Amino acid sequence: MGMTMTQKILAHHAGLDSVCAGQLINCKLDIVLGNDITTPVAINEFKKAGFDNVFDKDRVAIVLDHFVPNKDIKAAEQSKQCREFSCEHCISHFYDVGKMGIEHALLPEQGVVCAGDCIIGADSHTCTYGALGAFSTGVGSTDMAAGMATGLAWFKVPSAIKINLCGSLKKCCSGKDVILHIIGKIGVDGALYRSMEFVGEGIKSLSMDDRLCICNMAIEAGAKNGIFPVDKITLDYMNGRCERKPIIFEADADAQYDEVIDINLSDIDPTVSCPHLPENTRPAAELGDIKIDQVVIGSCTNGRMEDMEAAYNTLKGAKVANGVRCIIIPATMDIYRECVERGYVTAFIDAGAVVSTPTCGPCLGGYMGILADGEKCIATTNRNFVGRMGHTGSEVYLASPQTAAASALTGYITAPKEED
Amino acid sequence: MKTQGKVFKYPDNVDTDVIIPARYLNTSDANELSLHCMEDIDKSFVDNVCEGDIMVAGKNFGCGSSREHAPLVIKTCRVGCVIAKSFARIFYRNAINIGLPILECEAAAEEICAGDNVSVDFDSGIITNHTSGKTYTAQPFPDFIQDIIKSGGLLNSLKK
Repeated sequence: MGMTMTQKILAHHAGLDSVCAGQLINCKLDIVLGNDITTPVAINEFKKAGFDNVFDKDRVAIVLDHFVPNKDIKAAEQSKQCREFSCEHCISHFYDVGKMGIEHALLPEQGVVCAGDCIIGADSHTCTYGALGAFSTGVGSTDMAAGMATGLAWFKVPSAIKINLCGSLKKCCSGKDVILHIIGKIGVDGALYRSMEFVGEGIKSLSMDDRLCICNMAIEAGAKNGIFPVDKITLDYMNGRCERKPIIFEADADAQYDEVIDINLSDIDPTVSCPHLPENTRPAAELGDIKIDQVVIGSCTNGRMEDMEAAYNTLKGAKVANGVRCIIIPATMDIYRECVERGYVTAFIDAGAVVSTPTCGPCLGGYMGILADGEKCIATTNRNFVGRMGHTGSEVYLASPQTAAASALTGYITAPKEED
Repeated sequence: MKTQGKVFKYPDNVDTDVIIPARYLNTSDANELSLHCMEDIDKSFVDNVCEGDIMVAGKNFGCGSSREHAPLVIKTCRVGCVIAKSFARIFYRNAINIGLPILECEAAAEEICAGDNVSVDFDSGIITNHTSGKTYTAQPFPDFIQDIIKSGGLLNSLKK
């Protein structure tokens, strides 16, 4: 029986000729990832279990990104624990302040992850790297500890939903609108335990940043992973960047899918997820007068260069509406530097926005933009659960950088203009 | 192995942000974190929970982030078992890895009410509601996962 792209990668890493959905397998891992919140728990488990060494110092990535530069003393202690462990074990992919970025923007950018890889990360948005044609999934800290010690992880082979894309996006839309549209269609558990495999003619019109954003939010539909086939766009992106030689896998022509969803990209309008679930989607243009207090443009979902460019194109020469706090967070130091060099940072400041160094901060209600009771925020982040960005009486609306920037200027949730 | 206690009932899509809000994740101390368990959805939970009590919820319990702190605080609050229609996959995996008993049972999750007195027999997968007198049978775990649970979690099973 034919295999999906995900199943082929898993079979390869399990040393098997074939696998089928539901089968329990043990896979060799290419990268094991953790951040400043999940790694301390993993380190404690690693030590408690009596392990002395990591399986490969070049295959463990530890990225301090959630609460750094340290937001308080406790966060500083957690960073310190990660730093000391990384030093003790000579972890080559340890990213501290000055070098760090939001992990899921950073690892693809730095070429740490590549096509054909099997990756686990103690962060739910680890599914992002499927955009490169890798199998990549979020796990908890104990799995991270076991992965660091053994280089192995067990998986139940997932079945898959095939998402067949055709057409091309309107200029005012991006990958974020695509994934919000899909989550709105299938729900927050619509892909539970399964793969989301994106295929079809339409993928040619999606940039790497679009694809990274789409795979990033596969978890918001409950998926185990999201994945794109490797094409010229992927190969051009990885060329000269990846540490390892990419291995290209393709789904078999007779692969079995639980479900096939057809989506014409040209039918998608700027989309917003209303509180308090990512599945509560509505076209931005139909939302009426929703007054906002804060705008956040950044995160592992939308802090990449094209997202900064979209924000710049809307905000340059304009002013953020009175009473709105606009926070822009480039996701990595390279993106941050490019924003400086291209004059984006000056334009953002002139527009009345603030620009932070890379951090996950506001997305998860950590710091750098916490909401008070009754406040509303439009954010390019990935979750709008109760209390996600601050007070349980606050509200988060999820949207693309185009929609968030357009809303910053009016002070109300606003659809970007067709030509934007 | 058995557990028995009163039921705390929750809806569909209980996410890890309400189980343990990220604003507290600047520590990995389970006792300290457990003081905030369910805080954003049920402020009185921590004061009212007793050893062996049972959480019953709808579908997709534990959706959202991969934070293992979520099953850990529930376990630290001495909850005996979480019964749900379905679990988000990372939460499911984390619960098994750290030894928090969880069961998927659609009918039990639908019918059991807050405050009911419920017992769970993990060997047979039988859930008994002593308040209503009804019994239910949960999906058993695959052998591979039962081995992890019997070893006392993933890392212990690796050491065998």
